[in-house]
Amino acid sequence: MGRKLLTEHINVEGIDTFEVYRKHGGYRSVEKAIKTMTPDEVVEEVKKSGLRGRGGAGFPTGMKWSFLAKPEGVPRYLVCNADESEPGTFKDRQLMSKLPHLLIEGMITSSYALGANTSYIYIRGELLYVLRILEKAIAEAYANGFLGKNILGSGYDLDLHVHPGGGAYICGEETALLESLEGKRGNPRNKPPFPAVQGLYARPTVVNNVESIAAVVPIINEGGDEYAKIGVGRSTGTKLISACGHLNKPGIYEIELGVPVEEFIYSDEYCGGIWKGRQLKAVVAGGSSVPILPTELILKTAAGENRLMTYESLSDGGFVTGTMLGSGGFIAMDETTCIVRNTWNFSRFYHHESCGQCSPCREGTGWLEKVLHRLEHGHGHMEDIDLLVSVAKQIEGNTICPLGEAAAWPVAAAVRHFRHEFEWHVTHAKEAAQPGAVYRPSAVLA
Amino acid sequence: MAKITFDGVEVEVPDGTTILNAARQIGGSIVPPAMCYYTPLKGSGGKCRACLVRVAAGSAKDPRPMPKLVASCVTPVQDGMVVENTTSEQVLNVRKGIVEMLLINHPLDCPVCDQAGECDLQNFAFEHGVSTTRYQEERRTFEKIDIGPLIQLHMTRCILCYRCVYTADQIAKGDRVHGVLGRGDAAEIGTYIENIIDNDFSGNVIDVCPVGALTDKTFRFKQRVWFTKPMNAHRDCPKCAGNVVLWYKGKDVLRTTARKDQYGEVKEWICNECRFEKKETSDWVIEGPAHIDRSSVISANHYELPVLNQSVVADLPESTVRDLQQNPPLKLGS
Repeated sequence: MGRKLLTEHINVEGIDTFEVYRKHGGYRSVEKAIKTMTPDEVVEEVKKSGLRGRGGAGFPTGMKWSFLAKPEGVPRYLVCNADESEPGTFKDRQLMSKLPHLLIEGMITSSYALGANTSYIYIRGELLYVLRILEKAIAEAYANGFLGKNILGSGYDLDLHVHPGGGAYICGEETALLESLEGKRGNPRNKPPFPAVQGLYARPTVVNNVESIAAVVPIINEGGDEYAKIGVGRSTGTKLISACGHLNKPGIYEIELGVPVEEFIYSDEYCGGIWKGRQLKAVVAGGSSVPILPTELILKTAAGENRLMTYESLSDGGFVTGTMLGSGGFIAMDETTCIVRNTWNFSRFYHHESCGQCSPCREGTGWLEKVLHRLEHGHGHMEDIDLLVSVAKQIEGNTICPLGEAAAWPVAAAVRHFRHEFEWHVTHAKEAAQPGAVYRPSAVLA
Repeated sequence: MAKITFDGVEVEVPDGTTILNAARQIGGSIVPPAMCYYTPLKGSGGKCRACLVRVAAGSAKDPRPMPKLVASCVTPVQDGMVVENTTSEQVLNVRKGIVEMLLINHPLDCPVCDQAGECDLQNFAFEHGVSTTRYQEERRTFEKIDIGPLIQLHMTRCILCYRCVYTADQIAKGDRVHGVLGRGDAAEIGTYIENIIDNDFSGNVIDVCPVGALTDKTFRFKQRVWFTKPMNAHRDCPKCAGNVVLWYKGKDVLRTTARKDQYGEVKEWICNECRFEKKETSDWVIEGPAHIDRSSVISANHYELPVLNQSVVADLPESTVRDLQQNPPLKLGS
């Protein structure tokens, strides 16, 4: 069992209250940072740790912080992106509802490092009960002098606010999030200017994922070098993986980056294998927007090496034979899963969640969904399969924000790796349109 | 000042200028098309993706190419930037894709649409699109809505460029009633439950609309625009500058619009009184015929040649190559 840096005390009774959390070593990082370190030293420590953004893109957090513009006399903001809505990803919800003080502690330390005096947690609107947990925890932190004016007698002030969104997936995109936080319609902004220069209220802003901010706590407590020892290569530290689908033990696992995928799926320590003794068919390794991979490619890379749970190993082979670690939404599918239906379901989500601002995404996501709907329900043609690839290509890279790519990648990857299933839906249209119908290699032979 | 190379032409522009405006300084057929960007409206642009260009070198300091195509209307220039528009096959292909996307939910009812002949989408599709469609599904449709007694909104034709939203916000300032409802391909422009934009400058949303989604109810179905003659005229108006274009059929003024520059952008906003009420020649001082671009159908069907750069597109018909040589695309100021 690997080390648990974030979730070590997650099952302690009453850990969501200030006293219990403090008894288990809580708020040590705030004391250490504010009393013994300068903000620049905190940033340096995070840089040393090699922490990479846990929201999906995997951009080094320390680097992001050092890009923050720091003009004199202008306020800066830290915004925590808690608008977790990627299908398959549910790690932040658990972290916030069980360990609200961990996030608050991370927010205080990070805000101190960035010199922000006002910080926001933008939380997904559906998570109303988590919002209440956070607000209660924030009130406790204020009462104990960790928030508000003159924290720990250091002269550093910080106000922390929780803001619920309206429950739109697009508001997880950082600039749409900032628009929404400002009270506007959540449409992504054109970049440049980047949020590090002109973010919230046109001020320099850093937007970080919940887990990234929580990871700052062990980094400061143990030191960046110590944190960097965990993991493989440029993927350092631990990562929360929310495993779901046809697994014996779905749930949220904190893993040390570098665990082999095979071990993660089949070992009893983690997911415990595929349920009902069935075979694994495909895996979506990092939330619905990353490319889907068939069993042989998720367990081993194209070169025949073991695939590890790291940023590099999962993306080995690019999008031809690889995928991405993404936000850690690990969806396993057994042999009874229809890939076409699954892809249609993903597409339906992106069609519903596109903000409608730029044309390739607005029109393209709907088009993809309609074509997949037709294929799944037995009205498809062979040309439709190439049409899907072509439309996905027209969306990818031509949109304002990454939602276009998120919608295009799963479709392109499904056709790339499971083309035979799409073809079966055309050649055996009547059979495929039955509820629960699944392509099986033997069915074609017979 | 920043010096950039656009399609092989060097141009020097002030810092902060967008790539599109730098290209417009050069002028001619290399200027990227713009369906949503509108210079006088702050915040517009970046939405239609028609103006995507390839940045082959980011700047003199960092000459790496940009990983994705960028929207030229919102991306500022950097000194030493090298931009490819018509010289990049990738850009031209992507633009074809953009036309296809814009048209899949467009009704293509040009034969009955008042905008036909001066429609940005029509020109864009003619120059960059393909003549067939791969879209078999049902198109989205909406009921027509009256935004007050003078303006009609036909959402079915809309391409969601947001120009009218910015106009209502910035020019026709009143209660904020005009905006976008819904999201994705269910997004629709509208005033909340058929409200009227209660402002003297609300008629300008008709002029900024690149398609026939917002139309002048005093002109609807009166005449095809290419059968009308545009005349520059002015009057002493207490509300606006009063510089307009009158569109004549015989002796009748059929409609009044603001004056536009060569990129279809309004030079001076006009008020609703000038636009909707003054429909007599005696109301106006006539200056003379308005200039109509050679590429417009209003100017006796002289389409400019759609092929932008013959060196990029292989296998041009011989007659087209000859025409291009004898009749090169116009340059700004010529």
